[in-house]
Amino acid sequence: MSALLQVQVSAARLLTPLVREFTLVPCAGSLPGFSSGSHVQVHLPLGERTLRNAYSLTGDPADNRHYRIAVRLQEASRGGSRYLHQQVEVGDRLTLSPPANLFAPHSGAQLHILIAGGIGITPFMAYLEALQRRQANVELHYLYRPGLTDAYLDELQERLGSRLHRYAAGTPCDLQAILRDRPLGSHVYTCGPQRLLEAVRETASRLGWPASRVHWEAFSAAQPGQPFELELARSGRRLQVSAEQSLLEALESAGIAPPSLCRGGVCGQCMTRHLQGEIEHRDSFLSRAEQAEFLMPCVSRGCGPRVLLDL
Amino acid sequence: MSVQFSPLQTYREPFSFRNSPKAIRRFPFPFTEDSYLYSVNIEPANSKDPGSIYEHWFDIDEHYRSEMAERARVLDKDPRRYLVLAHMQEAAWDALEMLMHKLAADYPQWFELDCDGLHWHWRNKALEIDQRFTFGDATTLPCEPLEFITRQVQGDFALLDQRDGDLFMDAGMVTSPADWSLAFDAGMSFKQWHSPVPMAHQMGIFDRALKYLLNVPVGQPVRRLNWTLTINPRLDSSPETFHEWGADRGSVTAENAGRLVHLRVELQLMARLPRSNGLMFSIRTYLISLDELVSQPGWGCRLHRVLRDLPEPIADYKGMTRYRATLVQWLSRFDPDA
Repeated sequence: MSALLQVQVSAARLLTPLVREFTLVPCAGSLPGFSSGSHVQVHLPLGERTLRNAYSLTGDPADNRHYRIAVRLQEASRGGSRYLHQQVEVGDRLTLSPPANLFAPHSGAQLHILIAGGIGITPFMAYLEALQRRQANVELHYLYRPGLTDAYLDELQERLGSRLHRYAAGTPCDLQAILRDRPLGSHVYTCGPQRLLEAVRETASRLGWPASRVHWEAFSAAQPGQPFELELARSGRRLQVSAEQSLLEALESAGIAPPSLCRGGVCGQCMTRHLQGEIEHRDSFLSRAEQAEFLMPCVSRGCGPRVLLDL
Repeated sequence: MSVQFSPLQTYREPFSFRNSPKAIRRFPFPFTEDSYLYSVNIEPANSKDPGSIYEHWFDIDEHYRSEMAERARVLDKDPRRYLVLAHMQEAAWDALEMLMHKLAADYPQWFELDCDGLHWHWRNKALEIDQRFTFGDATTLPCEPLEFITRQVQGDFALLDQRDGDLFMDAGMVTSPADWSLAFDAGMSFKQWHSPVPMAHQMGIFDRALKYLLNVPVGQPVRRLNWTLTINPRLDSSPETFHEWGADRGSVTAENAGRLVHLRVELQLMARLPRSNGLMFSIRTYLISLDELVSQPGWGCRLHRVLRDLPEPIADYKGMTRYRATLVQWLSRFDPDA
């Protein structure tokens, strides 16, 4: 029984031509509090189907009057970000799943090193509010394309001064220099494109950082694929999964909803056993051996005509 | 449903704690079968059965004033029953906020909260407390925020920090433990503080429970029941005071078992603390003497079968080895098949 939240768009503005920010207020009552690094799932009614995209909350966790999200228009989108950019206006209502946090700052950190790529800045906007309030030691490294994916740059410059390190596209970002010789008790957090995450993890590992001090959040959502038929072994039901729909969304629209959190193939919540059919695994949670038996329906899908699931 | 409080009763010598017929009826008898084994018996803490202990997240009952007086006595003697590590300040305010909002909403006849931005006004009519304070500023309260609020709510509270894919017991108020110590467990991880529990580790119980608890979302707490036995209605059965109560286990006889032995049931609630991402673990303890318990149809019979067949390591962990045979004999009269 997930208590969905009904919100209204109270403000919307373009931060760059590619990034649109929304301020969301409750339609009734108050919004649940959230911690920095949390995300919400936004339910997007696109025709017959409902997409659910996860977006980081960028506002101040201490301010419970509204939520704020920033959405990057994705070129190869299933339509969710385009809908939010082109259809949603101030005054419109949206449905959210309550906040969940898979990317919280570590309470034991002596120094927080944040590395953001483009729209990956969003969770760190809430981090900075919380960390600065508790006077934590923090520095931000921001990689962006000027005028396109540099949301909040001026605000951050004002706020952080010399603790902001800017890397406009073309300016090299030397991860070795950022991660070498840091004090004991440092934690590094990165959010952005997969390439950046892999580079940070790889560099940190090479320099001897313990894995427990390296945190990342992939900024990925379900990608489209080819349509296929879904059969459920226990109930005998048959469903169609369209090209633009994830397997999880198809299950949800049929009223069969395994629990889900990240919707990006990372957290492991929606893990489901598959019994037959070719699977294209797109998650980063299951091992190769586990993938032979399970799949993550939030991102992975069938790549043949039909998939049989143990549901 | 309005709550009325009993006159003050004591949870120590001379014991005067007892349950009203209403409290006996709403007692959370924990056994759903004639046998007991560990399981991950966690369920969503949805409100159910108005008037029952499951109606609200934090149950206030007739023993409220007595239990709060007992907490104050324990803290007077041993302030280390309350503890907040430095990084748990935000979680402590989170807990205060959750408890005040819930109590004011669920028991408006006893608790009132007015919030004007960060300026808060809290009234507890049951304990005659009227406090204005600034949320987030501990200097505006007579004591630290977690201590302030947990001196006014029944049950023990542990605040768990979530990091490294684990939970750590980094803050709490624990004055009525079933033989465990916050000062001892402070800073421990989930499996470390559960390490004394027999059998359950091998069964994979704690792996599954931890995975579940790490993902408890904001606003959707979960709950479970746990149980043990206690001699006399003693809330404070902590290791720190073992010298005061340990020997009681040798005093159970066929004549006094019904009066002396109490079933002790914990309603545990695990709720996400929204701003700190910590987890509140509240342990609301209910005591019932076996004389009171057997007044309910079927309870004596079932308890007889459960205790008779309980695996030895669990019985030993729950501290009943010395008097188990006497007790099972006493209970057998309520079991038609015995």
